[in-house]
Amino acid sequence: MKPVYLDNNATTRVDPEVVSAMLPFFSEQFGNPSSIHSFGASVGAAVKTARGQLQALLGTAHDHEIIYTSGGTEADNTAILSALESLPDRNEIVTSKVEHPAVLSLCQHLEKTGRAKVHYIGVDSLGRIDIEAYRAALSDKVALVTLMWANNETGTIFPIEGLADLAKEHGALFHTDAVQAVGKVPISLKDSSIDMLSLSGHKLHAPKGIGALYVKRGARFKPLLRGGHQERGRRAGTENTPAIIGLGKAAELALAHMSEEQTRVKALRDRLEGGLLQRIPNCFVNGDLHDRLPNTCNIAFEYVEGEGILLHLTRAGIAASSGSACTSGSLEPSHVLRAMNIPFTAAHGSIRFSLSRDNVDEDVDRVLETMPGILEKLRALSPFWTGDDKGGKEFKPVYA
Amino acid sequence: MWDYTDKVKDYFFNPKNAGVLNEANAVGEVGAIACGDALKLMLSVDPESEVILEAKFQTFGCGSAIASSSALTEIIIGKTLDEALKITNQDIADFLGGLPPEKMHCSVMGYEALQSAVANYRGEVWKDDHEEGELVCKCFGVDAGLIERAIKMNKLTTVEQITDYTKAGGGCLTCFDKLEEILSNANAEMVAEGLLAEHEAYRVGAADPKKLKEKAQAAKAQAAQAPQPQPQQTLTQISPLAPMSPLPPPSAGMTNLQKIRMIEEIIEELRPHLKKDGGDCELVDVDGSNVLVKLSGACVGCQLSSVTLSGIQERLMAKLGFPVRVVPVGRNAH
Ligand code: FES
Repeated sequence: MKPVYLDNNATTRVDPEVVSAMLPFFSEQFGNPSSIHSFGASVGAAVKTARGQLQALLGTAHDHEIIYTSGGTEADNTAILSALESLPDRNEIVTSKVEHPAVLSLCQHLEKTGRAKVHYIGVDSLGRIDIEAYRAALSDKVALVTLMWANNETGTIFPIEGLADLAKEHGALFHTDAVQAVGKVPISLKDSSIDMLSLSGHKLHAPKGIGALYVKRGARFKPLLRGGHQERGRRAGTENTPAIIGLGKAAELALAHMSEEQTRVKALRDRLEGGLLQRIPNCFVNGDLHDRLPNTCNIAFEYVEGEGILLHLTRAGIAASSGSACTSGSLEPSHVLRAMNIPFTAAHGSIRFSLSRDNVDEDVDRVLETMPGILEKLRALSPFWTGDDKGGKEFKPVYA
Repeated sequence: MWDYTDKVKDYFFNPKNAGVLNEANAVGEVGAIACGDALKLMLSVDPESEVILEAKFQTFGCGSAIASSSALTEIIIGKTLDEALKITNQDIADFLGGLPPEKMHCSVMGYEALQSAVANYRGEVWKDDHEEGELVCKCFGVDAGLIERAIKMNKLTTVEQITDYTKAGGGCLTCFDKLEEILSNANAEMVAEGLLAEHEAYRVGAADPKKLKEKAQAAKAQAAQAPQPQPQQTLTQISPLAPMSPLPPPSAGMTNLQKIRMIEEIIEELRPHLKKDGGDCELVDVDGSNVLVKLSGACVGCQLSSVTLSGIQERLMAKLGFPVRVVPVGRNAH
């Protein structure tokens, strides 16, 4: 049976068009784009085109606002450290409780080593940011606000442009980790107050190991890596040419498919979600139903533990992921669900299905056929599942 | 995904003896939903011979927790209680062809459930992990007794192994020092008993066992005197990667009425604080683990009401010792 891949927020398949765009740059076109001779020159031209493709996807105003990195994590780290270094008279960072570890772990480290004071803004039960707490945390001591555009686990979207405007009022730099948003929601940076934006190639059908940091022209910036004039001295190290070309192609494709994400992929997701809620008692959606990535669906199944569900799904040839502990190697439920105050009875049994334009109707059918049986089986095993809940007492999630 | 043996997979996908045993005369329950795994073991024991005639289980937990529970039932059926009590968590893991190190705690849970079931049959109260000695790891509610047993039974010599076998230390790691101390003391005893080679034993820098004991006792006495006030958590202080708030031992055997009274009391205690900020909170109903409350005054529509709620919830869980959900009703519900 054909495997069903529904873990696109973890990583995506490299688009075949991206692969063929990259291939020549592993072989004939091996020159260093920074060299003057002809070997380098043609590569340099291709990198320029790729840069243009990515700029178009992000809606940037100027050339040279993009710095290629090794991925989202490097982009996040660069942005945060750069802000602290560029604004030495400010030492506070404002972020949220639901950020990716690439941001959170660094913030904690900076806090521990006494280099910054960090405000972690909370979210409500739908994963929406606490605006009042955000406003209260802003001051002229804040060097950087770093907030994710869309959450990787629940798909909940933060009102990033508005949050950036608020940060500007206090003269703070604004960075957004847009790793999950780029390619899935329309982005136009030129009229925004966003100073920096991180993205990652492998989340949008480009290869792993390539990412980018957008830095608005005029925004203060200090490089993380020194030792070369690449990227105009903002990121030393020989360019990963094939991957840059691949990311360019992927950006072009993402732009071309943007409306498909918002329509066909979203419709698939909604059918999957609705179908599961309808077929399986005692489950509910984690996240903000009104402002969410079109491809992401995170469902909490009460009274079961996520790993069991995933094992059964794996056997049925379906790949998804869990917001629960056991599979990620840590023992606690995800920090995102905890921040949202999802009860333990449900947080341990949360499963994320994340789609992409590669998915088709049959994929959704397969999940809808498979899941009810899995839940029935596991719940029969669970000491917390009392048959009463089946049909009789209706489950009323408070956050819906 | 984890590296499970075929036998683990088989016992997970086709668990033997799963379900409820209605005629059980021995029941053992361990774990808690908050920690991510729990096991209910039900036995039917022949009163004459004390032979285990039948065994069934229900497990909330990951794949290896389910497989370990099922394996346990297979191992003990047909054995007398005394024979069954000799089974160790390692026996369970061996039966399954081994477990990934991080999952050894699943086999420990099986071992514990068995001890608890036998105690239940004999009318004894099994000292489960929450009542034996000092609570060491607050993140996972693991006490010194369980840790010591796991160390001795499985010859553990690193703190990492303790986490694999008991989960203790798998969260915030504030218990690390304590784990080190227990480990080095237990290892020292094992060396003295000839169970462990001197060079294998774990040692904390200059740990004088006697002094450590005194220190532990002093700390315990202090803790007993003054119940630690829960520090007031504010939105921005708590790093999200920090562990969840520690749960004290579950108040076992509380009747519904006692539970409701206690919830009432706790909310009464909180009201003056809310009133000070111009708000108020009223208990409406308790429905299973849902605590329905009505917020009024400044709490209504207050942007931060979810914070108020989680504060109340945290307080309730801390005092009650089991997870509850505070649900706002009326105008303020979303
Ligand atoms: S107290 Fe043990 S890990 Fe947090």
